[in-house]
Amino acid sequence: MKSGSNLEKVLTAGHFAFTGEVGPPRGANVEVIRKKAAFLKGNVDMANMTDNQTAMVRMSSWAGSMILLQEGVEPNYQMVCRDRNRIAMQSDVLGAYAHGIRNMLCLSGDHQQFGDHPNSKGVYDIDSVQLIGMVKKMRDEKTFLGGDKLDEAPEMFIGAAANPFGQPFEWRVHRLAKKVAAGADFIQTQCIFNMERMREWIHQANDMGLTEKVYILAGVTPMKSVGMAKYMKNNVPGMDVPDWIIKRLQGVDKKKAADEGIKIACEQIAEFKETKGVAGVHLMPIEWEHKVPEIAERAKMLPRPVV
Amino acid sequence: MIIAERKPFEEIKEMLKSYNNVLNVGCGGCTSICLAGGQKEVNKLNAELTKEIPALKIDGYVIERQCNYDFFADLDEKASQYDAILSMACGAGVQFVAERYTSIPVFPALNTVFCGVDRNVGWFEENCRTCGECVLGETAGICPVTRCAKGIFNGPCGGTRIDGTCEVDKNTPCAWTDIYNRLKEQGRVSNILDVKPIRLWQNQTRRSLIQEDYKARYAE
Repeated sequence: MKSGSNLEKVLTAGHFAFTGEVGPPRGANVEVIRKKAAFLKGNVDMANMTDNQTAMVRMSSWAGSMILLQEGVEPNYQMVCRDRNRIAMQSDVLGAYAHGIRNMLCLSGDHQQFGDHPNSKGVYDIDSVQLIGMVKKMRDEKTFLGGDKLDEAPEMFIGAAANPFGQPFEWRVHRLAKKVAAGADFIQTQCIFNMERMREWIHQANDMGLTEKVYILAGVTPMKSVGMAKYMKNNVPGMDVPDWIIKRLQGVDKKKAADEGIKIACEQIAEFKETKGVAGVHLMPIEWEHKVPEIAERAKMLPRPVV
Repeated sequence: MIIAERKPFEEIKEMLKSYNNVLNVGCGGCTSICLAGGQKEVNKLNAELTKEIPALKIDGYVIERQCNYDFFADLDEKASQYDAILSMACGAGVQFVAERYTSIPVFPALNTVFCGVDRNVGWFEENCRTCGECVLGETAGICPVTRCAKGIFNGPCGGTRIDGTCEVDKNTPCAWTDIYNRLKEQGRVSNILDVKPIRLWQNQTRRSLIQEDYKARYAE
């Protein structure tokens, strides 16, 4: 065991993992997180706590992760390279570990230009691939990036993101390979809608032997409406939403669109469960945490394994 | 070349409000070439200032380069006749003038914007952040520090759009997509297969440089 986190235990025991996600509040409202956590508890193996996603200021992800811990939901502490230099990052990794956080996700971060402080100074002292390597070095070599020894290693289960869809497509699997080489233990993918591309990407990852070295959790986001599908297709960078999804949502009564979205998500999960190289699903229901119990049930992800 | 642009007129006016006798010094180097601080721009700004502030006496003078004291002889004679100097050089030039005449207030008329190239007449693009550790040989002549919005070394990030543009702007090509495509064309994709190590940033404190051949000369 590298970290002894629940996610690591579930994956190493050979179970198909099921993880969730919580966005922290835009304020100091703890109840928001507690409420969201209640929907996730027992229904997922762990939940990501996002780090100022879309570059909008929110409660810090390590603080949000602590609240998840208190609520009995294992957190996956997200850390982006946008806001911190290597000194702050290493310091936060130690602090998070000291408080019982055992999973973390290393990300570049949405560019600050998207958010509510578009002219802030982006840090990007190191990039997400380098962040993976830095945490691994702290964990496995008990060494800071600068070379000094640290007294107790932060034994994190190291996660990274992958986008199987962006251009150049044939390069995407090589970027995954770089993250694996840097030391990623698990991967959570971008929301998957283009199943054909996903199949091809996983096929490439299998061929390169990557799926034997890293656990890949396929990202699934249920569409709530036709409007959401169109918005994600046209306005969210890195998203690849094929027309069949929009057509299928349009094909049902407006009131039934959300249900159809969940149906599509469940079909995706069922396929991923049978896909060689996919070790689990990362569910990202955007501001729809209360639907997680229903989705987990309908996707036959319950009960979650106790390991 | 250093690219600069003129500050808003109101800002320049505000800086000069306590002075009656000002010399506007143009620069024949980069800021002249990028059409921001040469003879023509000195004349234009002075005409505007004269019109707006009738009480102001403002003269203009252009020297070859404000970043080298070899070109300061004429200016040395003139400077003491004025109670303030306005410089139309880049930030480096403004500081060099200020360092030369410490008893006279020196004001910048320009904002220094970037180190770049001429895309067309009057149209410039940033191409270099002077990071001090050039990787262009590995990245097919495309700078990840300057052209990637996140300045990352193991790109492209997950934000690249499906059409290969940057997440920051639909009209900006993703630098790393371009790097990959050009390396592929040249049969050099192997350049970027390995994880690029964390950078030891060189540009975090003021740098000075003596070329190897001149080190003996400045040894003392």
